[in-house]
Amino acid sequence: MTKYIIRRLIQTIPVLIGVTILVFSLMHLVPGDPAQIVAGEGASEQTVENIRERLGLNESIPVQYGRFLGNAVQGDLGSSVRSGRPVMDEIGSRFWVTVELAFYSTIVAVFLGLIAGIVSAVRHYTLADTSIMIVALFGLSMPNFWFGLLLIQWFAIGNWMPESLEFLKMRPSGWGDSWRQIILPVLTLGTGGAAIIARMTRSSMLEVIGQDYIRTARAKGVSERIVTYRHALKNALIPVVTVVGLEFGGFLGGAVLTETIFAINGMGRLTIDAIRTRDFPVVQGTVLVISVIFVLVNLLVDISYRLLNKRIDLN
Amino acid sequence: MSIQGTEDIILEVKNLQTIFKTDTGDVRAVDGVSFKLPKGKTIGIVGESGSGKSITSLSILQLLASNGKITNGEVFYKGDDLLKLTENQMRKLRGNEISMIFQEPMTSLNPVYTVGQQISEALMLHQNMSKKDAFIRSVELLQLVGIPSPDKRVKNYPFELSGGMRQRVMIAMSLACDPEILVADEPTTALDVTIQAQILELIKELQDRLGMSVIFITHDLGVVAETCDYVAVMYAGQVVEYSDIRTLFHQPKLPYTIGLLKSLPRHDIEQDKLEPIKGNVPSPHEMPVGCRFSPRCPAATDLCRTKMPQLETDENGNQVRCWIYTDEWTGEAEVDIYGETRIAKSGGAKTVLPD
Repeated sequence: MTKYIIRRLIQTIPVLIGVTILVFSLMHLVPGDPAQIVAGEGASEQTVENIRERLGLNESIPVQYGRFLGNAVQGDLGSSVRSGRPVMDEIGSRFWVTVELAFYSTIVAVFLGLIAGIVSAVRHYTLADTSIMIVALFGLSMPNFWFGLLLIQWFAIGNWMPESLEFLKMRPSGWGDSWRQIILPVLTLGTGGAAIIARMTRSSMLEVIGQDYIRTARAKGVSERIVTYRHALKNALIPVVTVVGLEFGGFLGGAVLTETIFAINGMGRLTIDAIRTRDFPVVQGTVLVISVIFVLVNLLVDISYRLLNKRIDLN
Repeated sequence: MSIQGTEDIILEVKNLQTIFKTDTGDVRAVDGVSFKLPKGKTIGIVGESGSGKSITSLSILQLLASNGKITNGEVFYKGDDLLKLTENQMRKLRGNEISMIFQEPMTSLNPVYTVGQQISEALMLHQNMSKKDAFIRSVELLQLVGIPSPDKRVKNYPFELSGGMRQRVMIAMSLACDPEILVADEPTTALDVTIQAQILELIKELQDRLGMSVIFITHDLGVVAETCDYVAVMYAGQVVEYSDIRTLFHQPKLPYTIGLLKSLPRHDIEQDKLEPIKGNVPSPHEMPVGCRFSPRCPAATDLCRTKMPQLETDENGNQVRCWIYTDEWTGEAEVDIYGETRIAKSGGAKTVLPD
């Protein structure tokens, strides 16, 4: 197992080099002179020249890439063009905010999704199943930003609430100390994820429940509850774990809209702001960090396959 | 060898009927099956694919798929009608007093648990054993079914074992709680011939040692000849002939049974070619009105085609569902096997059954 993890970590190196090449080329793929773009229209010749100097754009492209890679390995992703602060510092605190959001959202998604999926599968073709699947379909099709806005309308502004329900009010006044601030964005992200997980769990469970070994378990005299949770669920979880991994990665990189709506200062907003202001070093930095996380999450997913089913040979 | 005698009957199935709800209407998979299982004996249930033999066994244990339903009948075990028990009471019997092994050893074990965990489960459930005791007993059971180095194998996952080994594990699992009845649903069909012989030998040996009764479901008359004391031949959801093993092979009564025997290769007599039974098992949606075998029967008359014969019991306790053996029979019948005439009867005359 340890051997496998080490080998997988080594295998991520080419992937990450590929990512750095892509990230690095961002600046050069944008039409026009990067220095001019950064400086903005109407900047003086001298300013453009200074920026070019500072971003090292005078060197040949391979040399620039070499330097970018060399610095990145040492944790130096350059400095923000706008604020002048090192990119790593810009990412720093926001990174943990996003990770926290993604983590809690994943927990909510897994919790709700698994329960809904299992109930749906065990009682398939009943009213419970149909209702859950209709709700899940809503969850899937409703855009996050819309659902987020609705939640704000209902639970943050909440004009409809009588005084006795005031305790339900969540006023996200910023990020940090209180669950009242985290709960609405987590619900926004988590319910969407739960819908996908519920549907995946249901179909996976239904497939497993039809297997011969489930009949064997019943023939042994075990109760339906044990059949479901001990014999079926563990087998059904493999495709679900894949989805959970993808969801978590998606929450990390794709929570832009949710972060914007709830005014959360996370990675998503940092990326969007950087793109808008053409702050290339910051864009490169955030994309790179998210990619690294994605690769690691995938590794975790592969390891959990093995934990669930010893037949999956990691070698 | 008669069934009527004073033998202790441990299980009696009476007029069992099972239907499956499908999009194209209800399918009668089992339509009036009756048989008796004497204690310590083996009864074979034989028939072609789709004759309802597996569904019969699943109905007894009430392990039908969710669209299956038992609509009629009684299954007496130790004086109780199993069909009247609650699901909880039934669960206490399954895997404990009545256990089952299945056709497909490759897919019948849970891939994510070790062999030991799967055997222990029944022990901990029905015998209130501790995890440790159950583990020790699992090793003993693996040894009992002839698995080499059982202390190592007990920690293996099913995928690490061959098909024959897995079937041995299934047998160990079903024997875990010393069942009174073992239902073996084609336990050797998916195995190659040498392993087949080993598994049959094993079941027989364990039966002698543990004194259990066995319901052996198979389509293979060769296997029946080797393992069973009594045989129920099934056709299209019904029992059509029921007798002790000697009578079935030496004096088969039903044209269908004779047809089955004729299609069986034998090495003790000269055969130019095997004779298959012409035609196919009728589709459950288009059951013949009369005798269900009549469209394929060489001796069928208008009576056979229009009226369903009943399962009649003779003086030896053997049963047959065929008009030829009733007083109503007026036609001619001559069915031969290996060149010998097996049934010869013409209107009103007594049935001739050469030995």
